[in-house]
Amino acid sequence: MPRLSYRKALTRALADEMTRDEAVFLLGEDIRVGASNVTPGLLKRFGPDRVRDTPLSEQAFTSFATGAALAGLRPVVEFQIPSLLFLVFEQIVNHAHKFPMMTGGQCAVPVTYLVPGSGSRTGWAGQHSDHPYSLFAHVGIVTVVPATPADAYGLLVSAIRHDDPVVVFAPAAALDVRDDVDFATLAPVPLGRGVVRRAGDDVTVVAVGHLVHDALAVAEELADQVSVEVFDPRTLYPFDLDALVDSVSRTGRLVVIDDSNRSCGIAAEIITSVLERVPLTAPPRRVTRPDGAVLPFAPVLDRAVQPGREQLAAAIQLTMKDRR
Amino acid sequence: MIDAVPARLYRTVRLIRRFEERAIALVRSGHIVGGIHPYLGQEGIAAGVCAALGEGDLVTGTHRGHGHVLAKGADPARMMAELCGRETGLNRGRGGSMHAADLSIGVLGANAIVGASPAILTGAVWAHRRRGNPVLGASFFGDGAVNEGMLLEAFNLAALWRVPVLLVCENNGYATTMPVAGAVAGTITGRAEAFGIPAVVVDGQDPEAVRQVTAAAVARMRDGGGPELVEARTYRFDAHHTFEHAVRLDYRTPQEVADGRSRDPVDIQGARLSPADREAIDAEVEATLDAAVAFALAGPEPDPAGALDHLYASGLTARGGS
Ligand SMILES: Cc1ncc(C[n+]2csc(CCOP(=O)(O)OP(=O)(O)O)c2C)c(N)n1
Ligand SMILES: [Mg+2]
Repeated sequence: MPRLSYRKALTRALADEMTRDEAVFLLGEDIRVGASNVTPGLLKRFGPDRVRDTPLSEQAFTSFATGAALAGLRPVVEFQIPSLLFLVFEQIVNHAHKFPMMTGGQCAVPVTYLVPGSGSRTGWAGQHSDHPYSLFAHVGIVTVVPATPADAYGLLVSAIRHDDPVVVFAPAAALDVRDDVDFATLAPVPLGRGVVRRAGDDVTVVAVGHLVHDALAVAEELADQVSVEVFDPRTLYPFDLDALVDSVSRTGRLVVIDDSNRSCGIAAEIITSVLERVPLTAPPRRVTRPDGAVLPFAPVLDRAVQPGREQLAAAIQLTMKDRR
Repeated sequence: MIDAVPARLYRTVRLIRRFEERAIALVRSGHIVGGIHPYLGQEGIAAGVCAALGEGDLVTGTHRGHGHVLAKGADPARMMAELCGRETGLNRGRGGSMHAADLSIGVLGANAIVGASPAILTGAVWAHRRRGNPVLGASFFGDGAVNEGMLLEAFNLAALWRVPVLLVCENNGYATTMPVAGAVAGTITGRAEAFGIPAVVVDGQDPEAVRQVTAAAVARMRDGGGPELVEARTYRFDAHHTFEHAVRLDYRTPQEVADGRSRDPVDIQGARLSPADREAIDAEVEATLDAAVAFALAGPEPDPAGALDHLYASGLTARGGS
């Protein structure tokens, strides 16, 4: 079976959607040559009207996309750095997100914001290593964090077809993931639907984005002690709570691993939402970045601030010891 | 005769004037909550610009946006209902004074984030043209907006990609209480010129003068020209916002206000009509606004059960808060 890389899956999703729908076009910095390696070849195939390289004007081109969406197009805006989302939070939240409600339903703003390389990039330090997906979930923007190449393809396709703004975080730590994929099976992945990546009986681990792979590895490591179910939400907002509640109802235990800062991160929301629906046999746990984290430069410090396998294994073991 | 350009311009400035005066009365009577930013004194700009645009052209307005929406042709009754927060309003009561929009006539909305809308309009005009619909756009913004970085980014993008948007700066001398001299280094036209955007200053109190500079710019833009900027010098006759009626802010002298009010766009345009025509239009405007206020006040308030309606165009439903 052919190997599909996560990055190529994104490229393929863009190309397929641009072929299928004339209204889809790309905006972003250095996309004509594909500096972030997601758009190479697309300029040649689709021309400069549909692969529009922009000046370094994130605020203007983000709102340009809003206007283009109001006029019936489906822009995909690529951001070179996750931290650039802080520059355009205003444009996305105050305008793209609020227009349908503020106009009383007169319009739709179908824009996709694509962040290839979110989270730590090891060695890129404080201003290139943010992972602000919880912020977008908080303001109510559809937010997806695909873990696998097939999901990267399928969720990006669904994001582009969706009638509201969608932010697609493609974690840097997942970009080099490769899977054996039958290309004929590549298909849209519905937004708002999670998936059980590994079945288990004792504890449900919710892992976000690249951390799904870490959770699967930890589950294997601990297989002789504990049966771990790994749940990949795929979309953080809206969250597939029914599927997670179903899992936790069986296992009775919940651990979340999430690359957000701890306070008000998505892990807090996931745990609370589950607790509102099902009683647990042990207190829930979460493994996250620390409160207010700024990723330090030195690799050992960078790693020290990110949630990782050791902490997850420890959290699972503690949860298994705990009893209510 | 009464359909000629001067009469139509007069009708628009008069309509906006009286609409605003009635809206202020409705603020006082408690029917409009949250107050408004009155457009009084600046009517000639919206009227003059929109008179030179075509039906399919697009506009974006500001927090002081009633004039822009009305001049582009919105129904005053549904507009007034919107200000009163009624289900029958343009935005079903979801937008209010600062967000009134009517996309069916090219009004992409009043927008209350200063300096935000030119970039949105630029994208919308570009997209329409890419789809084979050769529209133009006009984006209104105040003198305060010219110090917003995102506005200057939008200037650059519009000029770089030659998107035909008319950038209309309504220089009323103040951003809330901050005078232009205390806020703007260089000049407003110089901001545009730095990006190669042609810029002119026009007397914003004269609706006909505004219409003429706009018409000339529109002709160049329809001919393939890029964006242009018009700085319309004007004066805000009333408060920054109606809250100022209760809290006196000390930033303009009575003499300055009196001087500013002496050049009234309604009178300047009215003087171009015969007294009989003027009276006839005034009467027609009053009748329209009588009906508008009656329509607004008769409209039902939205059902609280629909407070989350339209949050998502995709039909996604959000969890409630309890
Ligand atoms: C980005 C932003 N900053 C501040 C405000 C608060 N505010 C609303 S109107 C206003 C003054 C705007 O002045 P100007 O652009 O000259 O327009 P005018 O009110 O004079 O019509 C301010 C500061 C805002 N709405 N948006
Ligand atoms: Mg001003």
